[in-house]
Amino acid sequence: MSEVRILTEHMERDDLPQIGVYEELGGYKPLRKALVDLEPEEVLSQLEESGLRGRGGAGFSMGKKASFLPKGEMDKFICCNADESEPGAFKDRLLMQKNPHRLIEGCIIASIAAEANKGFIFIRGEYAHQADILDAAVAEAYERGYLGERILDSDHSFGLVVHRGQGAYICGEETALLDALEGKRGNPRLKPPFPANQGLYQGPTLINNVETLCCVPMIIERGVDWFRSMGTEQSTGPKIASVSGDVQRPGNYEIELGISVRDVIYGLAGGPPEGREVKCFFPGGSSAPILTADHLDLPFTYEAMADAGSMLGTASVIVVDDRQPLVPLALRLAEFYRHESCGKCVPCREGTNWTVKMLERIDSGEASPMDLEIMAQVQENIIGNCLCVLGDSMAMPIGSMIQHFRGEFEQHIAEARERNAREEAAAFSAGDLAAAVEAGPA
Amino acid sequence: MQDAGDEGGLRQPLPPGWDEAVDLEADPAVVPDPAEVEVPPELRARIEELMAKYPDRHSAALPALGAAQDVHGWCSPEAMRQVAAVMQVTPAYLSSVATFYDMLRTEPSGRRYVYVCTSVSCHLSDAKSVFDAISGEARDQGLEGVEIREFECLGACDMAPMASVDGRYVGPLSEDDAPEIVSAMKEGRQVLPGRSLEDPGYGLPWPEHARPAVEETLHPDVSPAGGTVKDRDEEGLGK
Repeated sequence: MSEVRILTEHMERDDLPQIGVYEELGGYKPLRKALVDLEPEEVLSQLEESGLRGRGGAGFSMGKKASFLPKGEMDKFICCNADESEPGAFKDRLLMQKNPHRLIEGCIIASIAAEANKGFIFIRGEYAHQADILDAAVAEAYERGYLGERILDSDHSFGLVVHRGQGAYICGEETALLDALEGKRGNPRLKPPFPANQGLYQGPTLINNVETLCCVPMIIERGVDWFRSMGTEQSTGPKIASVSGDVQRPGNYEIELGISVRDVIYGLAGGPPEGREVKCFFPGGSSAPILTADHLDLPFTYEAMADAGSMLGTASVIVVDDRQPLVPLALRLAEFYRHESCGKCVPCREGTNWTVKMLERIDSGEASPMDLEIMAQVQENIIGNCLCVLGDSMAMPIGSMIQHFRGEFEQHIAEARERNAREEAAAFSAGDLAAAVEAGPA
Repeated sequence: MQDAGDEGGLRQPLPPGWDEAVDLEADPAVVPDPAEVEVPPELRARIEELMAKYPDRHSAALPALGAAQDVHGWCSPEAMRQVAAVMQVTPAYLSSVATFYDMLRTEPSGRRYVYVCTSVSCHLSDAKSVFDAISGEARDQGLEGVEIREFECLGACDMAPMASVDGRYVGPLSEDDAPEIVSAMKEGRQVLPGRSLEDPGYGLPWPEHARPAVEETLHPDVSPAGGTVKDRDEEGLGK
């Protein structure tokens, strides 16, 4: 159990965002290697062989995604998804704030592999400070000739723009991101066609998460075998785990995938406060189904989390300790997805709203145990029935909460009903009783 | 925040006039004639600069509305008309965009903002009481021109509970910080100096005792917990 320092290397230096410092520490050498020593196909095949899986949630092979882009002369685009809005995730914030040039270098190398000439970093508007840092870093990279026409006297040209969003979780969904980047409401698109064929401005587009792109220069520099030596067979490379919630030391921890969940929660983040136990945790952001204390000894990998019925997602671990009641948490979660649903697909727009209302009823003592069945049914009717997975992202964790803690939900319903009954009885005064006796049976 | 029956929680209240009858005979608003709309020169220059960055000028809609909001305080009809005139799009198109995004204000609710994150991780740290304390304090001190609202995950769960004050992330917060936040905003001072993510040397105030040793290795093929990582997998650890 320990941290590694690969993506987070040199981050203790406050001057790392300056291009001179980054170059001094070996920065932009991988780009030179990719441009001068390697053919674009070799860059692409190295990314494929590295086994690098997308760090934004879905975990799809980055190299494979890049290989789906059609070859030949046409307008192709790179998009960096920096719209990190998943509750629990805050790793991209760190990467962009502390080492913006690594991301820029990753974008340029990815553009070589995809043969794209224009790129965008879509950063959420709330990250104003990080966007300012990126703007300055991009300007520096243009100045040094790493961006622009004929980079380092090669045939490759690439322009990069930092695009700020204006606050919408759905823009983290790749096709909604494209719509937002085209200046529209961020509504997801019907797939297929996939962005690799028809993405931004209808051109082939490669969309990758910040952390994925930050891995790219290291793979080129240190090689595929080095990258594969970390992690497990199917979850290669370093990964930043963001741990938050009821732990003593919330924060970003860079790990090798494959260490146990217990090592992450207890070893790195210090575990729940003194005297508390882990009740449940989200292994990959609020969209991942919850797991319980029984799952603490599983290895923290894409495959083990999937086998346990959840997902690694963004590796954002939210820990919930044993003093937290689940119904308010479920309600807060459902409210988030209701607020962020774009409203395009009915099951998501209505399903998130119904779920909020049902949870409010449970909390206020107006629900019966049957409502749990109805709620579970609503979740089932959302999953897989929408253009994107926002609705599923609410349905799966809520469903898993009911699955693992049905007893607590039932108890919450019963207690809230009893409380209401007691209050009603207290309000029913002696005078009312006399009047009721006089009135006789209704 | 503002509870309005079914619309409770984080939903925006319905804007005034939403139920007024629409004049169905009126001609639809057209792309404004640039000669007829007066646009502050800096705003025009900014929007033109933004449009030049993209292959398609429509892409500048979000940042352009943000720039207009900085000038006007909110996406007022006049602000949208000015953006529409420079971008040569209809005001309706911009209105459709502005109503979608949380950071674009479609009502004059204040030029400055305090977004208090009350999403999952902050909820676990009782962010609601921080929000209540700040909004209560703002009422008591008569703070005006500041939009104070609950906001969905701001991506700073390590600092929970936290808030974004005009883009400056501060945290972790407690109810006791509310008077200082409000009076600093009222007096135009920096809010909680030294406690923002942007401040040099900012560190999270967690106890160091749990801090594990950092392994400074670039070739970590041996798992520190014993055996190689692959061995541990084969043992089916913990299954």
